Amino acid sequence: MGLSCMIRKGVRPVVELLAKSPAEGLLPYAKGAVELSELALGKAASIAPFKGQLDAVEKALGQGFPKVGRTTGHVVWFSQGQYLAIAMDIPDALGKYAAITDQSDAWCALELKGAAAEDVLARLVPIDLRQSQFKRGHCARTQLGHMPLHITRTGNDAFRLLSFRSMAGTMVHEISRAMDLLAARR
Amino acid sequence: MRLICPVCGERDRREFYYMGDAVALQRPEPDAGAAEWDDYVHLRENPAGVTRDLWQHEAGCAAWIVVRRNTVTHEVLESVLATDLKGASA
Repeated sequence: MGLSCMIRKGVRPVVELLAKSPAEGLLPYAKGAVELSELALGKAASIAPFKGQLDAVEKALGQGFPKVGRTTGHVVWFSQGQYLAIAMDIPDALGKYAAITDQSDAWCALELKGAAAEDVLARLVPIDLRQSQFKRGHCARTQLGHMPLHITRTGNDAFRLLSFRSMAGTMVHEISRAMDLLAARR
Repeated sequence: MRLICPVCGERDRREFYYMGDAVALQRPEPDAGAAEWDDYVHLRENPAGVTRDLWQHEAGCAAWIVVRRNTVTHEVLESVLATDLKGASA
């Protein structure tokens, strides 16, 4: 190991760890009228308010929290009694009212964008994602193929997809394959 | 079959994990006796008709739910959060 990959920390040199995004080297991928790319979530933390403490959490953060399946600002509904705060500074004092877990590197975040994005997802996700039912800012916890998925509509033809980081390769494979198969039928 | 999650709404059956008869919420007292414990641990009804099962919305919000459904018609009659039932000590 050369010295070039070492950095000085305290009194001795240690290995400098290189940041690697979950889908690094796999994306972007475009096919037909759809484009799949990776999103940089930045800092993300799950917030699970203790029983009866939702009001206190909202007050401490100075913002309202969304209802089930909705988004408010940087906070998205994430699971039963749990929210995901994306790119937000969470004060330590919030720990009094909620269980907070750093999720920053735990999820692979992708964006699927384009006129046929809904059609691609219709092949993989077992919920109704049409604009009339699933509007901008709506989100859901469901499946992508057999993988766990958190999906948010971020625009008229754009979705943010979150799945476990460990499944990033399969996630990209499943979606890009659905894109290929859809394009082949057109 | 589609089940109703009290949190997320109607979802496909594939999002749910099946736990079986919803007896887990009626655990006998430790000194209830061998017969009652044998019944709790091993003996299950297998009705052609209305059953009461415990499911988990595993691929969704992770809630445990008690679902009343008809095994003959696949009709889902009622779906309640297990935590709500537990709070009411049902």
